[in-house]
Amino acid sequence: MAKGKVVLKLDNDISTDIIYPGRFMATVLPTETPQFAFADNTEFNKALIEKQFPAGSFIVAGDNFGCGSSREQAASCIKGYGLIVVARNFARIFLQNSINVGLQMIICPDIEAGEGDELEIRDKQVCNLTSGKSFAIEPLPKARQAIIDEGGLIPYARRLLLERGA
Amino acid sequence: MGMTYVQKLLARACGTAVVETGDVLELPVNLAMSHENAALVINQFNEIFRDTGREARVWDPDKIAIIFDHRVPAESSKTATNQKKIRDFVAAQGIPRFHDVRGDVGGICHQILPENGYVRPGHVLVGTDSHTTTHGALGAFAFGIGATEMAAVWALGSILNVEVPGTIKVVVNGNFPDGVYAKDLILHLVGLLTAEGANFKMIEFHGDTIRSLPTSGRLVLCNMSVEAGATGGVVPPDWETRRYLRDEAGVVDELDLFAPDADAVYDRVVEIDATRLEPQIACPHTVDNVKPIGEVKGRKIDQIVVGSCTNGRLDDIEIVARTLKGKQVAEGTRMLVFPASWRIYSDALNAGYLSDLIAAGAVVCNPGCGPCLGIHQGALGDNETALATTNRNFKGRMGNPGAEVFLCSPVVAATSALTGVISDPREVN
Repeated sequence: MAKGKVVLKLDNDISTDIIYPGRFMATVLPTETPQFAFADNTEFNKALIEKQFPAGSFIVAGDNFGCGSSREQAASCIKGYGLIVVARNFARIFLQNSINVGLQMIICPDIEAGEGDELEIRDKQVCNLTSGKSFAIEPLPKARQAIIDEGGLIPYARRLLLERGA
Repeated sequence: MGMTYVQKLLARACGTAVVETGDVLELPVNLAMSHENAALVINQFNEIFRDTGREARVWDPDKIAIIFDHRVPAESSKTATNQKKIRDFVAAQGIPRFHDVRGDVGGICHQILPENGYVRPGHVLVGTDSHTTTHGALGAFAFGIGATEMAAVWALGSILNVEVPGTIKVVVNGNFPDGVYAKDLILHLVGLLTAEGANFKMIEFHGDTIRSLPTSGRLVLCNMSVEAGATGGVVPPDWETRRYLRDEAGVVDELDLFAPDADAVYDRVVEIDATRLEPQIACPHTVDNVKPIGEVKGRKIDQIVVGSCTNGRLDDIEIVARTLKGKQVAEGTRMLVFPASWRIYSDALNAGYLSDLIAAGAVVCNPGCGPCLGIHQGALGDNETALATTNRNFKGRMGNPGAEVFLCSPVVAATSALTGVISDPREVN
């Protein structure tokens, strides 16, 4: 299972304006959005663009990650770098967008981790290898997990379209 | 066991007797709304059809609405090209409810939908905009979704995997004191519930204050319900819903009005005494950082913004114009007013409000979302402070992470425009 370092530790109520500032919203394609991920955090944005973090690295956040706008760019820009988001909980639209576009996100209500800590996803737990503590992952409802298991909403909807006929 | 308003709506939409909180449903969609982000929806929609051997056609062009509002007129060639792509798609698919950059039918999506009678009580309404919650004011189950989700709606005609939300019942009684409006009520409520307090839940509004509130005020409440994390806000429809749709939106068909069951089960009940409310201010950088105006008055303001899908309606423009009439916006403060639609702009023009605003020194912009989210006009400079009737004050919201945004009602914005500092309308007039 996934193992990697925490490259960014964030607080509660991280809004989509922080993840993907509104002024870049005219850029929509998932292939182009990653350049503006966390654009106002210039140091982190630069490190992302310079590919300093391997895929499978973690962003750890508190409650209500992704609150605010429905802009899907906020999910696709993080996915572009292969990062995994672990948060205590997520805002509804961001959660759904992540599932739909295939951004790996983990709901972990008790997560404790700091920047530089090494995390491993094991079974139904997030293990902080640095602190030696483990934290339970909250599973998604079955219907949502089904979309993830099928690789996102596009293949899922494509299958339904074909199954249902004209 | 009784059902809440939205449980009842969902049971009807699915043709079942009962739904329970936490059930995951696929729902037929009555209206699917997008704005400029339709450019991404089109991309994802074509992806769904790729290699299927099918022609990419939307399920029902009559149930799609597309409104250009975020960057109008286009501020860049990139936006103009996105808009052109959407225009071509609309023509190819034959989508009639298209509101282009025009002075007759244009405006902000969350005003265009109500004023054109596109929303009905009982509708399932999805929009690629988080403030789609607005339309709960007319008794719809209305909520924001992402672009890929919308692409699936366009292809299939239904929204996949919607959880039946639990509901917070908010009961508001009593008359608003002078200087207090629907905006103050919703700011107070967001402060009370916190930014995540209603995550994955509905907020259902009740009480005599709500019953006597016109639709313009109900739209404000439901619009900002999402700022407490709610899936949506809803006002169970009544005579006022009927009046608005008939008299202001030209709806002639029979409406299906229903109410939640008397024994409905709520996750939580919040009671608010409207007579005790004061003007409220949401302070930087979260919408739930709400304080009574007394705690922040005197704060210097560089830019006042009146407008948006929250508070750009005719009654908002009217109160601002009346406050400013014959007076001047303070030196060192600039004021932008952007009505929520061209119909409102035109009505405000005919009523003389716009000339009063201009004479006072305000800049009247064309209807659109731009300044609210810092993407088109009205950006803030470093270390500047804005006071706005909009809906969000996140860091960077008005285009500059080094600036601050405070949120308030239109009358507080107008009063503060005259003094150049946050001012209490109950003390100034």
